[in-house]
Amino acid sequence: MSEELFTNLAIFVLSLLVGFEVMSKIPATLQTPMMSGANAIHGVVVVGAFVIAAEANSWPFYILAFLGAFFAAVNVAGGYTVTDRMLGMFDRKPAAKQEEADHK
Amino acid sequence: MSALQTVSSLIYLISAVCYVLGVHMMRSPKTARHGNGLSAVGMFLAVITIIVTIIVEGTIDSVGWIVLILGLALGILYGVVKARKVPMTDVPQLVSLFNAVGGGAAAVIGIFDYLLKGDGAALSLAFSLPVFLDVVIGGITFSGSLIATGKLSGKVPGKPITFPGARLLNIIVVIAILVSAWFMMASTTNVWYVILALAMSLIFGLLMTLPIGGADMPVVVSLLNAFTGLAVAFAGFVINNQVLIIAGALVGAAGTILTLQMADAMNRSVANILAGGFGTGDSDTSSAADAVPVDVKETSADDIGLQLAYAHNVMIVPGYGLAAAQAQHEVAELAKVLTDKGINVDYAIHPVAGRMPGHMNVLLADVNVPYEQMKQLDEANPMFENTDVSLVIGANDVTNPLARESGNEISGMPILDVDKSKSVVVIKRSMSTGYAGVQNPLFSMDNTQMFFSDAKKGLQDIVAATKQYLE
Repeated sequence: MSEELFTNLAIFVLSLLVGFEVMSKIPATLQTPMMSGANAIHGVVVVGAFVIAAEANSWPFYILAFLGAFFAAVNVAGGYTVTDRMLGMFDRKPAAKQEEADHK
Repeated sequence: MSALQTVSSLIYLISAVCYVLGVHMMRSPKTARHGNGLSAVGMFLAVITIIVTIIVEGTIDSVGWIVLILGLALGILYGVVKARKVPMTDVPQLVSLFNAVGGGAAAVIGIFDYLLKGDGAALSLAFSLPVFLDVVIGGITFSGSLIATGKLSGKVPGKPITFPGARLLNIIVVIAILVSAWFMMASTTNVWYVILALAMSLIFGLLMTLPIGGADMPVVVSLLNAFTGLAVAFAGFVINNQVLIIAGALVGAAGTILTLQMADAMNRSVANILAGGFGTGDSDTSSAADAVPVDVKETSADDIGLQLAYAHNVMIVPGYGLAAAQAQHEVAELAKVLTDKGINVDYAIHPVAGRMPGHMNVLLADVNVPYEQMKQLDEANPMFENTDVSLVIGANDVTNPLARESGNEISGMPILDVDKSKSVVVIKRSMSTGYAGVQNPLFSMDNTQMFFSDAKKGLQDIVAATKQYLE
């Protein structure tokens, strides 16, 4: 096993453990936004789309690079936007309430 | 390591920290939005880093730039417009769509790097194994998530789709995937090997998702979300990029835990869900065979209006039917009419009400229902004893008192104690059972009245009737 592969494997395993640990019991209210937020994070695949676009040198590869960039961009841009919209609905309410209280 | 590699590795590390902290913060309602923001900052850092890296390395040619920028621009435009415009009822299928393209992108990266080696090149296992896993898992999530999107949006029938020989076909497809794995790992590159792996995994994704009922889709979407995380991590192995490995593995693991928690909240096991054939989703649309039993009392919008107008405490119990009929505006209007006249209105929200766990809170928040009126299960249950009228809208299993008894499909499921309130009005399209397929004795209780209607239309009529009595 090369040193590079071992390093990557170690990172992979430890990241899995972090993922299991960081996700203790979460309230049902937040499960849908959490899923959407996690969905946005795997949009990091967009970094990979840049990497392959830099290596493309003929049409089949350009087409694949285009597809990769398009798919990944939809995932990352859409994912963060919709998660923020969902979560914005939760914190808008107490904030509006606070303002109301301030006026009184 | 060159200076560029050192700096970019360090920034990738910072962005990985942002994802972990972001997910951590998303566990609490107070910090959730900032958590998502922090994770977005991490993403921004990673993207800036890769832009600088490819400019400095200079291997990208002009056509490469054009396809990259065009793809990104179209993708961002499509993603952001969709995410901004989508009605809150349709969020689950949109998340599933975003998940599908994420898996697709991971598969594309694997295919690209495999083909780039050139025909007939010898491969090491350290390369071919991650490529295979990346392409297969990415392919499964791509087609599986698209079917899930279709089922949630009604473009694909929500009922479980099965056909004779499905099991045999499944076995054949799995064998074909293993054969493609053998070819990809044991011999030199050949474009057909990777096409076989991709095609079979796409078919497997379809076969896996089609037999699962619409009501179980949220859990499946969450599971496929975890799969995509893993596909992205393997793509990281393929292109030797650690931020993909970290973020992918993080989502893979966190998504798995989330899937288990969701299944738990719905009183289902993941294994049961994947076995399929259960849960018809929009079961309320089912046939006229669901005759109304004689012991059920029917009522009218006019009568409900009268009851509500003379009540002190009203509890609204929204369910899947309300989300499906997109009646959240009507229910908020009814609540406003009542609260304006000094009647106490609260919402009893079951954890799995709506189309996904927590989805009902999002829907109600969207139509400006005050946060303090939304009562979670533990808060709501003690309140039913003092409730004059419980208005159950398109909910069924979550109110079924049979859950307190043993020996049936929903035994032990946490329920809302609607039956303890003085009077219960159920708005429902028919007597059909909920997705657990169990009869609900609540409907034939002495203090229960049924109003057979679509949630949206029924609520409009009730609002009109109530106004008439309150003025």
